[in-house]
Amino acid sequence: MRWINRRPGRLAAVALAALPFVLALIAYAVASDLRRAENPADKLLPAPARILETAVNLATVPDRRSGDILLWLDTAASLTRLAEGAAISAGLGLGFGLLIGLLPGVRAGAAPFVSVISLIPPLAILPILFIVFGLGELSKVALIVIGIAPVLIRDIAQRTAEIPEEMLVKAQTLGASTWTILTRVALPQVLPRLIGALRLALGPAWLFLIAAEAIASTEGLGYRIFLVRRYFAMDVIIPYVVWITLLAFLMDLGLRSLHRRAFPWSGPAT
Amino acid sequence: MSFVSVRDIFQSYGPRPILERVSLDVEEGEFVSIVGASGCGKSTFLRLLLAQERPTRGTISIAGAPPAQEPDRDRGVVFQRYSVFPHMTVRGNLIAAEEFGGAGVIPRFFGARRREAAARADEVLGRVGLAHVADQYPAALSGGMQQRLAIAQALAGRPRVLLLDEPFGALDPGTRLSMHVFLQELRAETGMTVFMVSHDLEEAFKLGDRVLVFDKPRWDPIEPEAYGATITYDFDARNGGVPFQAAAAAARALHEPQREDDHVPAS
Repeated sequence: MRWINRRPGRLAAVALAALPFVLALIAYAVASDLRRAENPADKLLPAPARILETAVNLATVPDRRSGDILLWLDTAASLTRLAEGAAISAGLGLGFGLLIGLLPGVRAGAAPFVSVISLIPPLAILPILFIVFGLGELSKVALIVIGIAPVLIRDIAQRTAEIPEEMLVKAQTLGASTWTILTRVALPQVLPRLIGALRLALGPAWLFLIAAEAIASTEGLGYRIFLVRRYFAMDVIIPYVVWITLLAFLMDLGLRSLHRRAFPWSGPAT
Repeated sequence: MSFVSVRDIFQSYGPRPILERVSLDVEEGEFVSIVGASGCGKSTFLRLLLAQERPTRGTISIAGAPPAQEPDRDRGVVFQRYSVFPHMTVRGNLIAAEEFGGAGVIPRFFGARRREAAARADEVLGRVGLAHVADQYPAALSGGMQQRLAIAQALAGRPRVLLLDEPFGALDPGTRLSMHVFLQELRAETGMTVFMVSHDLEEAFKLGDRVLVFDKPRWDPIEPEAYGATITYDFDARNGGVPFQAAAAAARALHEPQREDDHVPAS
């Protein structure tokens, strides 16, 4: 049988999916063992047990100085920033995207501008954001918005423009005004696309969040990682990275399930 | 003045002429089939009737109204695809046909108004045989059912003329035949003026009162795109496309008034 026709069974598929994770864990454990055999005080690849212990401490034991449990404090701060940035970006993306995609006049005026804005590397203007918005929450949220809103706007505008002309003509023959077409035809059809676009944009959103937190912050997942970096505290960094990955995964899962539940007409989410 | 009056239409895209010197008069209630080779401008003509495009020259007016600048409620339309809204249920599509026309700031009906619209929608769905799928989304329907819904939706807007752009082109032959029956029944009921673009000559003659053929009267072998198309034939397709029988019967009746039993009724 040809390899392209060999499909793994259900059990085999699960095993194959788990295999790379298991291999990576084994590779880490072996490497960590080798290093610690040479130098028991090695900080670069701490033992898995040590990492687990630190992780549990981070999640349960309050900080001696502030009395806060660091992991939850950082998680709440980061997620708040991320949610604010993503929500504002989604709003901007939907609003401007619809207008640009549907109204030729707005498209002529705004599309080139948005295209140029989306080419600015957001991190390059981070200093400007800190100068203009200060070192508080606003500049961090602004970085996320500047980073992902242009992409969302362009994507939604593109999707809106792709709505078949036939459908828009049909709506007009039924007497629909521009407003009616915007709210009843275009908006419901691009909402599923917005969720898809948001799922893709969450990756960059995390990137900008961690960058902003690394540079100027007093709490947050990115802040903590860059703070303990100075002490080579890999036993803190690794659980934080795993935790961020898990959060990102859960967000993606949540958005995908929202897509499936809210838009049963639009086919499966990819 | 006739119901639909097309006067000396020219349409060109850039330097390329598509239609030239098209004039046409159609009475209310006529079913006009439009046939022709690919790229002969029949779909362009339908877009002009729809006011989706404005002609380069000439005018089209329906019921004496000034030429339309954009698609409006006088013109109902069914395309080959994308004619229903995929994000609304079957019933929602019909309710939307009413909501879109009577829209205020919130283009949606609520409460009693919505219930009434839903009742009307359900009645229409019963008539077109879609009552059992009222709560489903169009994607779950077969092609024939989608087109039936599209036609019912277009008619729910109460247009003056119905424009069909190869409405049955994507259907299998059996479904197509049942759609013909469906359309003929609807027409007998409503007396609607219909324009239908079709690739299928048999369908065009079967359904139409008139069959218009679009073709290029002038042809430049060096530059095939130098000239546009126009209506080259205008067949009378009533009585199975044999108008001569009716004419002959009328003539016989005229010449032999004494033999009443020989009279063939002209329909």
